[in-house]
Amino acid sequence: MMLSAVELTKSFGSTQALSGASMSIAAGEIVAVMGPSGSGKSTLLHCLAGIIRPDAGQVLYRDQELSAMSDGQRSALRRGEFGFVFQFGQLVPELTCLENVALPLRLDGHRRKDAQRRAAEWLDRLEITDVAGKRPGEVSGGQGQRVAVARALVTGARVVFADEPTGALDSLNGERVMRLFTDAARTSGAAVVLVTHEARVAAYADREIVVRDGKALDLARHA
Amino acid sequence: MTAPLSGVGRPAPAAGPVHTGRLRRWAAEVGLGARLALTGGREGLLRTALTAIGVGLGVAVLLLSVSVPAMLDARSSRTAARDDDRYGSDKITPGDTTVLTLNIGTSYHGRSVRGRLVRPDGAHPVLPPGVRSLPAPGTMLVSPALRDLLASRDGALLRDRMPGTVGGTIGKAGLSGPNELVYYAVRGDLAFGQPQVQRIDGYGSHSPHEPLDPFLLMLVIVIFVVLLMPVAMFVAAATRFGGEQRDRRLAAVRLVGADGGMTRRIAAGEAVVSATLGLLVGGVVFLVGRPFVEFFEVAQLSVYGTDLRPPLPLLALLIVSVPLAALAMSLVALRRVVVEPLGVVRRATARTHRRLWWRLLTPVAGGALLAPLTGSRGDFNQWQAVAGVSLVLLGVALLLPWVFDRIVGRLGGGGALSWQMAVRRLQLSGGSSVRAVGAIAVAAAGTIALQMLFSAADATYTRDAHLDPGRAQSYTVVKVSALATATDSGALDAKLRTGGVTSVNTFRRDSAHFGASGFATMWIGDCAVLRELAELDRCADGDVFVFEHPDLAELPGQTVVMGDSDPDTERPHTEWTVPATARPAKALPGPYGDVTGVLVTTGAAPPAEPAPTFVSYVHLAPGDEDAPERLLNAAMAISPTMDVTIQRSQVRDSTFASIRRGLFAGAAVTLLLVGLSLLVGTLEQLRERRRTLAALVAFGARRSTMGWSILWQTLVPVVLGLVLAAALGLGLGALLLATVNVPFHADVSGIAIVSGIAAGVVLLVTTASLPALWRLMRPDGLRFE
Amino acid sequence: MSIGQAFLGLLESQPRHGYDLKRAYDERFGSDRPLAYGQVYSTLSRLLKHGLVTVDGVEPGEGPDRKRYAITPAGVADVEQWLQQPEKPEPYLQNTLYTKVVLALLTGRPAAELLDTQRAEHLRLMRELTRRKTGGDLADQLICDHALFHLEADLRWLELTAARLTELAGKVRG
Repeated sequence: MMLSAVELTKSFGSTQALSGASMSIAAGEIVAVMGPSGSGKSTLLHCLAGIIRPDAGQVLYRDQELSAMSDGQRSALRRGEFGFVFQFGQLVPELTCLENVALPLRLDGHRRKDAQRRAAEWLDRLEITDVAGKRPGEVSGGQGQRVAVARALVTGARVVFADEPTGALDSLNGERVMRLFTDAARTSGAAVVLVTHEARVAAYADREIVVRDGKALDLARHA
Repeated sequence: MTAPLSGVGRPAPAAGPVHTGRLRRWAAEVGLGARLALTGGREGLLRTALTAIGVGLGVAVLLLSVSVPAMLDARSSRTAARDDDRYGSDKITPGDTTVLTLNIGTSYHGRSVRGRLVRPDGAHPVLPPGVRSLPAPGTMLVSPALRDLLASRDGALLRDRMPGTVGGTIGKAGLSGPNELVYYAVRGDLAFGQPQVQRIDGYGSHSPHEPLDPFLLMLVIVIFVVLLMPVAMFVAAATRFGGEQRDRRLAAVRLVGADGGMTRRIAAGEAVVSATLGLLVGGVVFLVGRPFVEFFEVAQLSVYGTDLRPPLPLLALLIVSVPLAALAMSLVALRRVVVEPLGVVRRATARTHRRLWWRLLTPVAGGALLAPLTGSRGDFNQWQAVAGVSLVLLGVALLLPWVFDRIVGRLGGGGALSWQMAVRRLQLSGGSSVRAVGAIAVAAAGTIALQMLFSAADATYTRDAHLDPGRAQSYTVVKVSALATATDSGALDAKLRTGGVTSVNTFRRDSAHFGASGFATMWIGDCAVLRELAELDRCADGDVFVFEHPDLAELPGQTVVMGDSDPDTERPHTEWTVPATARPAKALPGPYGDVTGVLVTTGAAPPAEPAPTFVSYVHLAPGDEDAPERLLNAAMAISPTMDVTIQRSQVRDSTFASIRRGLFAGAAVTLLLVGLSLLVGTLEQLRERRRTLAALVAFGARRSTMGWSILWQTLVPVVLGLVLAAALGLGLGALLLATVNVPFHADVSGIAIVSGIAAGVVLLVTTASLPALWRLMRPDGLRFE
Repeated sequence: MSIGQAFLGLLESQPRHGYDLKRAYDERFGSDRPLAYGQVYSTLSRLLKHGLVTVDGVEPGEGPDRKRYAITPAGVADVEQWLQQPEKPEPYLQNTLYTKVVLALLTGRPAAELLDTQRAEHLRLMRELTRRKTGGDLADQLICDHALFHLEADLRWLELTAARLTELAGKVRG
């Protein structure tokens, strides 16, 4: 297993978001994390990605324990190995789309020219070369999400974390983004943790995990 | 009368009651805005409070500044009322009310002390303002500040110099300010004819009110404009504190059905309420802070709090203009955004190209107003000068956005990531920071211009630099009179040799004239003493030396007449022949600067006049702070008319130095105010971007990258502003110098100091916004679902 | 949907007369279409023949109403297997699924697991359809999408039911 969570618990104040959630994901696998809202699926994603530390339990990425790493080490891991796609893209509004895609590379210390060349390739793979020079405020929601996907994959990330990537899109655009996203992830061999509450989006994954009451259930095992 | 009023600005669909109804509805909408300002929950109240405090601080500073002329007036009318300088006026016959006065002003640890010895001629002497009756013999009347100083440990040395014990205090009417040191004492042996003793029949300036030195007038004008314009700009910026959030709330109001006009009226109501609250805060801060000005002293100028009274017209102008400015600001700001029901769309991308020509108009017009004043040496129309200076400075604020657009727009996305993000941010929405920096630029340009005036002043007011600090640091001059307790050089030497004095050399100084207009100072003393003034190869009693000077070359062998060329009635006509054997001598730099004249050893000296003048060169132990004070005490004991000059290690005139400090302090305060509005803007921007920031955290962005980005984002506009300010400030300074006929002289240190202060403000703003950035960059920021 | 399994499930909770069985069935699952008597007795006789039920006792009197039926161990095993087996996801599955959930609740079996199993089966099919869709032409896509939307609706129903299971259990048992 490439990335696994073992018995994670996490609470925010008096709210118990995770209570003993376990799951794992193999290299190149696309896993949908489903569950009712408030079930803790985003918290699980954030723990897996090393953005927040669980109160108890372990997150293991390629035999390294994330929760034992310093903030700096986890940040470095996120810069180099992980990618992210959020519901509203969360693109940096003042940068052009190309610069947004190049951003993770630049955060990782790549030179600007090199970063932008690779970013341009990704825009091409996601069929949005025409938005390269535009600012995020000037492109459609679907285009923006495709920029976000390109941004997540540009570093050659081994795991991409996607939190409701189509949540703000209509079904046609959502499907298109999902198709391009999963194709691109499979081509580059990235594993994807896909948090969604939409079954049709989850259907793009290889399997699903249901988070209920802070616990993760791997339903495929029961069947 | 409501009908024509409500019809203004939009076509009236119907007449009569409909209009009244609309007016009422408008009023209700404005009222709603006002209510929103006051009851908008914690955030709304915070925003209103921020605006009110910002506007209040600015208003308080404005009130303080506009009170300065009245304050100076009150002060100068009080000092004029106690004036007793009658030099050159007709002799006054003694009478029942006349008094003799002697100015025995001194200084104590750098602070000047105004002192007068008085002797009434009759039973009903005139009294100076603030004094009810002359003090009893052996006592003196003192100002409260002097009373406190004398009572404190710090005043111990000054007590010995005072002619008596404290017998009462002088009222406010007789003092220029609360910290002024003043005393009056009676001395029975004053007599007319003693040096510097005057007879007066009343206090109060007799000479017509002298117009302010043109140079000082220019300084005052520029100080006003320089310090007030940024403050006014700050007030304008403060009315837009929390503007982004306000826009979002207006969007919510639109969602429930408000149209564009209603939104504007609601915004107007909100703005006016906050600004009015700001006025109130400003008034309260001013009234509460007013008494505290008495604790401050700039250039030995202390001020009574009650003297600070803003003139009514300016007060009225302020009360009307602040809410109006707030109103205008909010309406202009609303024109730049489209408030839609589902949010706020900024028109930033569709911004029209900024035009240059009208922005150039103001500085050019300002220059055109100032140019004719050059060479007029101060004989000019003040309003023209004020308008010229204001227009040039306003030009800085107007040109900055254009320069900003041109330069920032051209910056590529190259360089470090933090730089790229900052540049892009500025390109997308640099407007607010440019407005804030505009104020910095105005303050900086003005300060640079002022600084040039000051360094010109410095050059004028700095003493001759031919000084050798290794030599005597002080000298005393006394003309022997009945008031003196020592009448020969031996006694003077003995009395002056106080603690901290390492050596005393006393000459008798006399003067002689010769030929048509020849004049020579005579220095009489023994060889050891004369060596203090000149390099002498050899010297024996009976020798005479003449300083190397073209006017004196013919002197050896000539007969001179002792005394000034003016017929001196009190002195017998004495002649003296300069020996033909007199040798040339080279002057040594002394505390006076170079001396010239004739050096005479005691054996060859002409007879002394009845009231001889003695000059003593006194060496003080370096580092002994109290040595000069002890010397002054000794001098006062020798004669109240003894003149003591003490060279400070600082060559610069301390008055100008402290005005300079005051100017920089003022600039610093102004820049801090501007920094405050920059900070508020940055914090707002950060809050608006919390999602983006959280996403950047997810991507592993380092805090340092983001911190640097904020620093660049603050620094770039400030640097641009400073460059522009330096250019226009130097130009303005050159023009101003030309108006007072002083040659151009660029003052690098002034620019450096202003840049330093501005850099400090940038750092401060960045540092202060870092905690908010850190907080927003915590991963919790992602939990927005 | 299978009346036989439904009868078995009802009988597992308690033995009943044929008439009671019909009434219980109509009450819970029949909604607007009550079972015909003929259907009830033919089903019961089929179950008897397969040894899934047995006649528990006969009350004095005439007619088939007098017989009381009880479930046999083979019948319990049959119900068990039926409940565990996910239904092949197909349109208009709700009736069967609902019956299954109610019977699971009635017989004290874990209804949530049943729903989860069904859900996994639905998603498995959805994934298959999605794969077929991404590889296919427009006609394939449209056909697959139709199925996907229906399956999604079912899945939503499953999720909703799962969320309201406690409420439903109270109703069924009470």
